[in-house]
Amino acid sequence: MRLPVDPMCTADAYSDRHHAYDVQGASFCYGKLPVRESRWVLSDVSLHVEAGEILGIVGPNGSGKTSLVKLLAKLAVPQRGRLSLFGRNLSDLSREEAARTVAFVPQESPTAFSFTVAETVLMGRYPHRRQSRWSLGFGWEDREDCAAAARAMATMDIGHLASRAVTDLSGGERQRAMIARALAQTPRVLLLDEPTAFLDLQHQLEICSVLRRLTDEQGLTVVIVSHDLNLASQYCDRIVMLKDGAMYSMGTPAEVLSVEALRAVYGCEVLIDPHPESGLPRITLPRQAGPFRG
Amino acid sequence: MMPSAGDSTSPAPALASPPLPSTSRHSSAPMTGQERPFQGAILTPARWCVIMGSLSVVALILAVVCLQLGTQYIGLGKLVGVLSSALFDQPTENEAIKTTSVILLQVRLPRVFLGFLVGVCLASVGVALQALLRNPLADPYVLGVSSGAALGVAVAVLFGIGTTVLAFSLLPVCGFVGGLVALLVVYRMAATYDRLPIHSVLLAGVILNAIFSALIMFITSIMEPNRSFGMMAWLMGSLTAPAYPALAALSVYLLAGLFLLFKQVRVLNILALGEEPARSLGIDTERAKRVIFLVSALLTGAVVSVSGMIGFIGMIIPHAVRLVIGADHRLLLPASALVGGIFLMVADTMARTFFVPSEVPVGIITALAGGPFFVYLLVWRKDRLV
Repeated sequence: MRLPVDPMCTADAYSDRHHAYDVQGASFCYGKLPVRESRWVLSDVSLHVEAGEILGIVGPNGSGKTSLVKLLAKLAVPQRGRLSLFGRNLSDLSREEAARTVAFVPQESPTAFSFTVAETVLMGRYPHRRQSRWSLGFGWEDREDCAAAARAMATMDIGHLASRAVTDLSGGERQRAMIARALAQTPRVLLLDEPTAFLDLQHQLEICSVLRRLTDEQGLTVVIVSHDLNLASQYCDRIVMLKDGAMYSMGTPAEVLSVEALRAVYGCEVLIDPHPESGLPRITLPRQAGPFRG
Repeated sequence: MMPSAGDSTSPAPALASPPLPSTSRHSSAPMTGQERPFQGAILTPARWCVIMGSLSVVALILAVVCLQLGTQYIGLGKLVGVLSSALFDQPTENEAIKTTSVILLQVRLPRVFLGFLVGVCLASVGVALQALLRNPLADPYVLGVSSGAALGVAVAVLFGIGTTVLAFSLLPVCGFVGGLVALLVVYRMAATYDRLPIHSVLLAGVILNAIFSALIMFITSIMEPNRSFGMMAWLMGSLTAPAYPALAALSVYLLAGLFLLFKQVRVLNILALGEEPARSLGIDTERAKRVIFLVSALLTGAVVSVSGMIGFIGMIIPHAVRLVIGADHRLLLPASALVGGIFLMVADTMARTFFVPSEVPVGIITALAGGPFFVYLLVWRKDRLV
């Protein structure tokens, strides 16, 4: 079963030939080109995201995780290298074309105004609005928009919150509302920056299993930036590990998450044993920090 | 269900399984469940029409009342008579009617209209700036845009550039330049990378206000006494209606600005999600920012050049209206505009009738209403300002 998508990538044969993303030699820095090589936030990153997988991006603070996801979301443009989305050059796509295929959920969302949850989720329909000279920018949502929003809210289990103000929600409810807003975009690719950062255990688990279900049942491609190596290990098909803006390794959780790799990237000793249920690597902090190897 | 978790018993909570989407966006999707899924949770065109319709009726009734009140009370019958004879161009011989007609048509009507128009513009600019800065305390007066515009106008008056070209006064243009400079300086001062902390924005506004006020006072103090007196009265915020051609020109100018602002309503909604999410939804945020800044400065500049510094309307009105009708800018912007117009029209009528024969600058009334409201928001509604 496929999500309704932009004609650009509806043909399965077409999309199956391509990865969701292909990133080749992307280098990025904020502002002008740096004088010194060390100023690159990302340098020469090459990776691919397969359609229908969950890819985790992990790495220490300041390793360029968020910048990488911003490149994928077309929120930032790399100074060098190229990115393609389902075989099309990302910089050739208009903002709106990209928005119909890729949805992005930031780490935090400002809540200055008391929009209701339903209104917030419906904002995700903006890239699908019908252009009309006479609508004066009002663009009333039609039944199809409401249906997509209702589906997204049911998926995130926030249907009962429809008329609550986002300002009155708890952190977990707000994050689910923001993910529902992204799902209402009916994207092929969902990019999440630290989706579980402020959530308690139950909500972390809920969000991760919903994402797993969406990829398995509907072929959604998910890219998650996460600090939580254990969640990444249990829920991601593949993991990209960044170190100082460069790619350290890419592969399945079992390949990437090794004691040696974590020592090299995070500079600390950890214990790794197989997860009792899945057999995937489980990372545990030791009782006492070893000698610092940063 | 979760392949990576193997055959384990999944602790995943039972979530309501959604109907799988099987429709393309080009066919109309059959609604699952009830026909209207978000009854009461979203703005509908019907609700929009009801609220805007009733606000328009209220505005019309209050406009008539404001026309009746003044040093001389004008009865409803007389009012209708004078208005209709003016409208259908029937000259009267009755002396009493003639005097009433002069009072009504030359003094009160343009003033009530100007009051309404200025209120509409200030409230609309307030809504737009609040959305753009994601700051419910933003207001052209608080942010120093009004004083920037006032400085522009004061400089123009000082150097005598206040001439009119084809009924178009140059003062609004000078106000526009001053207001735009103020807005850009506040933005540059407060914005750190992709963030606009509420308190930095307010602080930047306070600083600019102090600097501009000092410069305005300097200009006022080096003017001849009789001109500086007029300047002071204007600065306190007072509506002095210009002649009809100038009023018409001003209306065209302001309505054009309002039209541009109204085209941004849905963008204003989405900007509340933050700039990056808005961009990821396909909005050209840089362009939206430019349009809103330019139009805000344009409207504020023009309004300040005719009415001086009338404060706090841009903050109180959107806030109050949002509490009642919700945050969707498709309704919030036009409804705030109407309520702002009504508010200033009524406040100005109070200003010119309460202390007859003298007249209070209307800016004093709005500041006395707005200042305490600002304190209330800052002290008791802190939770809303995070």
